[in-house]
Amino acid sequence: MTRTFRIAVRLFAGHRESVGASELEVEIDEGSTVEDLRSVLASHPAIGSLLGGAAVALNRRYAESHVVVSEGDEVAIIPPVAGG
Amino acid sequence: MFDAGREASHPERVRSGVIVAGITETELSAADLLHDIGTAADGAVVVFEGRVRDHNEGMKVVGLHYDGYPEMADEVLGQIAGEAIEKYEVSTVGVRHRIGNLAPGEVSLVVAVSAGHRGPAYEASRFVIEELKVWLPIWKKEVYADGSTGWLEGQAASGPAEPEGGP
Repeated sequence: MTRTFRIAVRLFAGHRESVGASELEVEIDEGSTVEDLRSVLASHPAIGSLLGGAAVALNRRYAESHVVVSEGDEVAIIPPVAGG
Repeated sequence: MFDAGREASHPERVRSGVIVAGITETELSAADLLHDIGTAADGAVVVFEGRVRDHNEGMKVVGLHYDGYPEMADEVLGQIAGEAIEKYEVSTVGVRHRIGNLAPGEVSLVVAVSAGHRGPAYEASRFVIEELKVWLPIWKKEVYADGSTGWLEGQAASGPAEPEGGP
């Protein structure tokens, strides 16, 4: 049986306002990639519809879809940025 | 002796590289950065200030709220500043971005670059602002005169996984 773990996902800007929290927790399988995490988030009632155009950061760096998410990683959803 | 005294009051003036790169919640001004920018070999310093506009698309803007992911933003700014130095062979780069609540006219961003000559200094300055528009995890919400607010449409940072030249 695949082991799973819970991981906190940080939210910002409009995402934080829409969800009403600065992070949410999801459960993923051990060995899950960023792509897998996105699939789990896509079916989340609060954030699922907001992921278009958003990037995923692992440990404060933009992460490509094939990268494996490890227990204890700092995970964040980065909506389209608007600095300057 | 006079020169030695000046050196002592500007100890960073002899150092090349990224002088400062990061996020702040306090007031920003170009003057703060200029103090530490440049070496004795530099004939050109370019400074860019980004300020809060009092209007956008026909709406009167009375304030701007910048949200950010400060821990990541610090790293991204450091990377971009380092890339600017490598790519344009400029001498020193400093970049700071403010988050929190700003009023029209206040400074949200300062970029300062020094180089031997003006060409690379201008190019590197432009590079820093254009890169941070794509990669910096900061967002802004405008507050309008009628009390309504709106998050500004951002740029999707979903191209390559890292800024150009990143690890």
